[in-house]
This record gives sequence, C-alpha cells and structure tokens, in this order.
Amino acid sequence: MGTVALRLTGATKRYGDNAVLDGVDLDVERDGRLVVLGHSGSGKSTLLRVLAGLEELDSGSLTRPDSADGRGAVVGTVFQQPLLLPWLTVRDNIALGGRYRANRARFDAAHVEELIDLFGLRAQADSLPAALSGGQAQRVSIARVVAVRPDILLLDEPFSALDPATRRSLQLWLRDAATALGLTLVMVTHDVDEALYLATEVTLLDGSGRAAGHWHSDTPTGHDDLADHPLRATLLAGYRSQLGAAAAS
Amino acid sequence: MSTETLSPPPVTRSSKPGRSWASKLGLQLVAVVVAVAIWWLITTVLASPTSMLQDFAPQHAIPAIGALAAQGVLFPDIWTSLWRLLVGLLIAVVLGVVTGLAIGTWQSLETASRPVFQFLRMVSPLSWAPVAIGLFGIGDRPVFFLVAAAAVWPIVLNTAAGVRSIDQGFLLAARSLGATPAETLTSVVLPAIRPHVLTGLRLALGIGWVVLVPAEMLGVTSGLGYEILNSRDQLAYDKVMAVILVIGLLGSLLDALARRALGTGNRQAV
Repeated sequence: MGTVALRLTGATKRYGDNAVLDGVDLDVERDGRLVVLGHSGSGKSTLLRVLAGLEELDSGSLTRPDSADGRGAVVGTVFQQPLLLPWLTVRDNIALGGRYRANRARFDAAHVEELIDLFGLRAQADSLPAALSGGQAQRVSIARVVAVRPDILLLDEPFSALDPATRRSLQLWLRDAATALGLTLVMVTHDVDEALYLATEVTLLDGSGRAAGHWHSDTPTGHDDLADHPLRATLLAGYRSQLGAAAAS
Repeated sequence: MSTETLSPPPVTRSSKPGRSWASKLGLQLVAVVVAVAIWWLITTVLASPTSMLQDFAPQHAIPAIGALAAQGVLFPDIWTSLWRLLVGLLIAVVLGVVTGLAIGTWQSLETASRPVFQFLRMVSPLSWAPVAIGLFGIGDRPVFFLVAAAAVWPIVLNTAAGVRSIDQGFLLAARSLGATPAETLTSVVLPAIRPHVLTGLRLALGIGWVVLVPAEMLGVTSGLGYEILNSRDQLAYDKVMAVILVIGLLGSLLDALARRALGTGNRQAV
C-alpha cells in the first residue's frame, strides 16, 4: 500500500440541472480495496464510470499520480449485470479482451485457463452463458475483466442481483482473489456490510454529490464479525440520516 | 433479449415422437394428391377437349419436364436462373447489411431515410425493368439489379432491427475492455445481428425468386422465366406448365434449405 493509483480532484458531473457529483475528491490507493458507499441515485455509479474513463467530467480532474514511477493504471470495469455475450462459451467470453488490440501486449491464452481454474469455472468452461447460475455468470464477467490484467478493478454493485448466500460467498471469494492477483479494487455498493467486509478504505457519499466521509477500515475475518465492527454504527448512522433527508425532500 | 433469439426451438422438432411426424407427412401427401386431382379435373374433365387448357394437364406437363431435359435446355436454364438469383442476393446482402447497420446505429438517419425507403419499398422492383435494361443493356446485369432491388429491403429492415435490439450493455462491456469501434462491430454487433440477418436473407431469397422469373422475361434469352415465354411462343403449353412446376419445386427447395441453414446457423458452439 502507499502510492495513489487514481486521484479525483474536485470532480463535478451534471445531468441537466442535477449535480450528480459535486466537487468530489477521491484517492484510490495502490493495492487497497476502496469501497464507495451510497444509496441509489447518490452518484456512485457515475463516480465509477468516471474512474473507468467511460464518462467525461464537467470539471475537476482524474489523474494517475504514481504512473511516473512506471506503474500502469489500466482500469477494468465489472458491471451490475454480467453482460456476457450469449453466443460465446464461458472460455471465449473470458478471452474476449484478447481480441482487442489495446490488450494484446498484456493478454495470453494460458492466463485464461489459469483464471478458469482460479474462478472455479472449469466444469462450465465450454458452456454457453445461458446455462450458468447468476453467481457463476458474475464470476465469468469478473474473470473476463481480470484476463486483460488490469491494475485496478472497478466493480459497480456486482453482487446486487444475487441472492444473499451467493452474495456472501462471492464477497469472500473476491477478497481472496484480489489478494491473490494483487489487484487494486474499487467497488461501489449500497450494502454497508458488503462495504465493511471488503474494504480497507470506505468513502460514504452524502446523496447530494459530495463525500460525507472517508474512513480507514480494518478488514474483519468473517461475516460473523461484522456486527461488532467499529465502523458499522458510524456508517449506518450516516446512511440513515441521508435516507431520512431523501425521504423528507 | 438476444438470448431468446439465439436459442430457436429446433429441440421440439427432434423431441416430437415419430408418429406425429409421419402423420403430418401423410396429411401433406393427401393435400398434394387432392391438389393434383383438382388440377387434373379442371384441365382434363371440365375443360372442353379442344381447349388449350388440355395441354396444361398433369399427364402432359409432368412428362414435358423430361422433354425439356432431353432437349438440353432445362438444366442450363436452372443453373442460369440460380446464378442470377445468387448474384442478386449477394448484392442485396452487401448493400442491405451496410445500410441496415447504418440506419440501425443512427436513429436520426433512420428517421430521415424512412419516407424515401418507404417509397422505394412500395415500388414494384419490376417497374425498374426498363430503367435497368436501358442502363445495363441486354443480359444478366438487369436481372441482377432487379433481384437485388427486390431482395435488399428485408435485409435492410431485419439488420436495422437487429442492431436496435442489441443489449447496450454488451457494447459498454466491449468498450470498457478497450475495444475500438471497429472491434466492437466485429466482436459484438455482427455476431449479435446474425440471426436477424439470416431471417432477412430467407425473406430476401423468397422475394428474389419471385421477382427473378418475370425479370427473365425481359431482355434475356436464357433462364426459367425466358423458357416460359419461349415455350409459349412455340405454343407448347405443356412445357409452360412444366417450367412452372420446376419453378415451384425449386423455390420450395431453396426455402427449405434456407430454413434449415437458419435453424442450425444459430446453434453454434454448443
């Protein structure tokens, strides 16, 4: 940990009159796991798309401070839906990025086979996406991004469409996979427990386009420890006040 | 979403018990026999013995197919017609897919082109025959043009519909993996619209075949359409009917082949 891979300074993004992001400052630390927490409509997906380079800022800047010491900042994005191409097998879906010239230097087919094993998809490697469960499909979609060897993995509520049990097991799995692959993780979610379980850093969005707070978080060992997590009460309180404000307005 | 269009229901075909398949075939056979009987009744029993309708009777027309083959004109005519159909369809596919991609991608282009396309679509392609002959002269090329002019529309419309039905998320996923627009086209758009293009192609094949025969009655001296006129000029009405039979049989065969290709074409990588 230490250097900053991505830095947002005074990021502002408007859709019409509505400021979705209003002067947000954010540092994504190398090898850390940053979770951006906010309720729906708080601008967290927009924030992620800005980090992914899929959306332009109206003002403010996105910089890569540690690229000077030779570290790349190739960003890969996992979306809420798996978005697997239905006509390709699991293996071909994971290898999709290898067909694009931008990834040619970083991609190799042997790595795809390693990922199939690491992500527990060996039995499904030759199946079409229609035959996968929701959890499997989302694992394939993460593997597809990891296969192009990004330095930073962005995840936009990747588990929100899954049932609670699958969700928990994927959170556990993602934490291990990120450590094993040496990935810098940025995830947005509205789930406080998911945030606490995965994060080394937590940023809470206040619902009006600004950051309400930023905390360093000690990673709990298991889901059972979450209830006693020192940060949980703080985050939940911040969260509730926003929901109350949103309901009142 | 495209998962549905990508998994057509051919499974039901194989899972159906053999008996219902046989009984379906039996029913269809009965219908053919009834149709031939009506054909015979009208041309042989009801028509007066001196009427030219007598020549159209099945007992004259079916042997006339053999006579045409023996004369050495039937198979060259079939190949000529199929060749013209193929070239016309190829032109239609190239123009149709490109146009369909463009109007499916840009909504404003679709809106702008709608009245013109609607107008062109509603003009019978055969109306262009004098223009085509004037432009391309006598020979294969006006026929290519007329077939292509008829066949291009179902391909344009189906391709455009295919492009519009692509899950925008697929495009976003490709873009976020670093795909250039050209790479997105080849890795996402073209595979996604394949079933739509094939549906358009099948419709185009039917329309092309229907337009081909009258197109061959104008400005060419070979092909099945020409053979109908030629036989009529010789007052060989049995041969006219024989060519009509060949046209119908070949058309059905082509459609069955296209249907088959369409059915299996979607089930790749299973």
